[in-house]
Amino acid sequence: MTVFLLRRLVTLLITLMVASLVVFLVLEVIPGDPAAVMLGVSAQPDTLAALRAEMGLDLPATSRYFNWIGGLLVGDMGTSYTYDVPVSELIAERVVVSLPLALFAIVLSTVIAIPVGVLAASHHNKPTDISVMGVSQIAVAIPNFWFAILLILLFAVKLQWFSAGGFAGWQDGFWGGMKSLLLPAVALALPQAAILARVTRSSVLEILGEDFIRTARAKGLGKSAALWRHGVRNALIPVVTIMGLQFSFLLAGTIIIENVFYLPGLGRLIFQAIAQRDLIVVKDLIVLLAATVVLVNFVVDMLYVVIDPRLRAGNHG
Amino acid sequence: MRKIILTAVIGIAIAFVVFLVLKMIPSERAAKDTLNMGVSLEPPHLDPTAGAAAAIDEIVYANVMEGLTRIDSSGVVKPALAKSWTISGDGLTYTFKLQTGVKYHDGTSFDSADVKFSLARAMGEKSVNAQKALFEPIASVATPSADTVVITLKQPTGGFLFSMGWGDAVIVAPESADNNKTNPVGTGPFKFKSWSKGNKIDLVRFDGYWGTPAKLKSVTFKFIPDPTAAMAAMMAGDVDAFANFPAPESLGQFRADPRFEVVVGSTEGETILAMNNGRGPTKDIRVRRAISHALDRQAIIDGAMFGNGTPIGSHFAPHHPAYVDLTGRYPYDLAKARQLLADAGYPDGLKLKMKLPPPSYARRGGEIIASQLKKIGIEVEIIPVEWGQWLKQVFKGRDYDLTIVSHTEPMDIGIYARDNYYFDYKSDAMKKVMADLDATSDEKARYALMAKAQKIISDDAVVGFLFQLAKTGVWKKGLKGLWHNAPVQANDLTGVYWQ
Repeated sequence: MTVFLLRRLVTLLITLMVASLVVFLVLEVIPGDPAAVMLGVSAQPDTLAALRAEMGLDLPATSRYFNWIGGLLVGDMGTSYTYDVPVSELIAERVVVSLPLALFAIVLSTVIAIPVGVLAASHHNKPTDISVMGVSQIAVAIPNFWFAILLILLFAVKLQWFSAGGFAGWQDGFWGGMKSLLLPAVALALPQAAILARVTRSSVLEILGEDFIRTARAKGLGKSAALWRHGVRNALIPVVTIMGLQFSFLLAGTIIIENVFYLPGLGRLIFQAIAQRDLIVVKDLIVLLAATVVLVNFVVDMLYVVIDPRLRAGNHG
Repeated sequence: MRKIILTAVIGIAIAFVVFLVLKMIPSERAAKDTLNMGVSLEPPHLDPTAGAAAAIDEIVYANVMEGLTRIDSSGVVKPALAKSWTISGDGLTYTFKLQTGVKYHDGTSFDSADVKFSLARAMGEKSVNAQKALFEPIASVATPSADTVVITLKQPTGGFLFSMGWGDAVIVAPESADNNKTNPVGTGPFKFKSWSKGNKIDLVRFDGYWGTPAKLKSVTFKFIPDPTAAMAAMMAGDVDAFANFPAPESLGQFRADPRFEVVVGSTEGETILAMNNGRGPTKDIRVRRAISHALDRQAIIDGAMFGNGTPIGSHFAPHHPAYVDLTGRYPYDLAKARQLLADAGYPDGLKLKMKLPPPSYARRGGEIIASQLKKIGIEVEIIPVEWGQWLKQVFKGRDYDLTIVSHTEPMDIGIYARDNYYFDYKSDAMKKVMADLDATSDEKARYALMAKAQKIISDDAVVGFLFQLAKTGVWKKGLKGLWHNAPVQANDLTGVYWQ
């Protein structure tokens, strides 16, 4: 187990090093001087030079890279060029929107998808199954931003039950914040739920054909008992794999959904930072997202071990 | 099976409870003395003296921060922190009498030392003021008393009072200036309250304001960059007003809705098809004139701006008293355009590269112009670029043939007299007119010079003059006092109220 953890940790560090180097190099290559973007078209050259010096843009690339990485290692993410506040502060402000949103969406999609998938599998080729498959096929095909716009048109513009976007904030209570996140979470969760339901269904179907289910049934277990006690647990490995992958997609999805609902989350921040050439924010965020994805994969690997004890032995070797 | 049904029932029950709880939370409705204002761009920070972003002025100008003078809704210079002024006969000495009893939002008081400090800060070596040129003419600033400031200029500068009304020239306090980016402290009728980044900015009425207090108790600016989201936010009632609605294509829908008022006004945004006067085929005035003859401005306005915009024939705002209508200088005439191209040595046409920045006026307008130029044999290769690339390649590097951009600064015809500007246009006549303009303070004489300048650049067909950007405002009926035109980029809320 320790070996396994150590190996994972090393992978994590290497991934982050590579990610940081790649993002730094890419941002070096693409044109766009942050100082010029900030000062606009009528700035004078000496003003520009003053700002570049203030932002540390006049240093050579290597020292800028090591300054940045050195800062990250001691927890200093630098100062945003455009907002002129510490990046960590910006991220902290945004995480309280994006993280609940992503978790809300994951919970929503799991709560919908797994029962629906199992239900479809247990009614294989019956009307329930066929309608679940049909609906999920449509839901997979719907782009989430378009679905988001439909939700806004119905629930915000027509019925006026919800705001069309924006974030009320947590300071006025949990429900106010959740209310702002409900429509975006639904928009994010639907396509994910559809995929997850289909994977659950086929995984359960496969398991239902296995010998051990037949044995369980032969021993006298009822159909649903065999399904829930033996079937679902064994079917979970592919489902958890997909959920892990989906988390990365969800992070990418928040960039779009947060723009549609104008939510002040990390997705909007990264989008804005790229447009305004707030390179330090872009770099920090990409490394942060890479770290999150690696961490989630790590959690997924750990879950395999929890779900399937046989894997534990394998990792010692 | 029973478990599945149970799960489903519980799921539905939870969903129902959540729904009921959500229904009980009342959605915000604007009371009569608050305003939710939608803006499409979030400012990078809130110090108008340290950045060019119009989004900064759209929040703080006239609301939070004030200058010696201010520019009103019709573009006229009005007193602000300076209640009156006298100009010496030679046009070199400006004596400002300041308002007394003025307090900053943090309680410190305002006097002539603050003016001196602000001007020195903007002119200083370390200044990051985006419009440092505004302060260039200043030779010295003296403060004979707490309510008097005497500014001596190096040479007469006719537009000096106008310059002092820009957002970049607001008067800040030495105690708070360094923190204005995140916590702007000014003397205006509204006080900065909070900024939830990416979300909104709250302002509240400042009770210690020296002038007429604002009618609104509080104002919230909400940042909604996506045009579709902006539309939905207006329709759902989340925001009361969009002073600059980002999607001209949706205006028809608002016009048809009795809840809203749509106001189309003008801005200082001269939108031009810039041409490289320094290299390539467009260096030849005949090619530039040919292009000018081939532009069908109304078709561009209709196609790119859904009919919102005023055709222009030079670089000057049509609502300005010194405006000269030069739209007839190059009538739409394809035969003449082809002839001019042939004279210039391109009887079989030519190829040009057009680099387009992101705004829709540029991207949509570019497509239309490319097809119009095709009619005279000019093959246009469209290259979409980001702002960062545009600044580097076009603006700084002058590596382009054609580009489309809107110049939104007020009274910026002087850019045609600048050396090394991105048009690469050199004209001694234009330089002389602009120098004379600076040296003239008589209004009539100034207008005559402005007219002359407009004609020079139109005759030289420096760029293709397209149209003046429209200001397309949408707000709820009953909201009064928002500016219809935008002589400066600002959302002056000092006189806004609900009827």
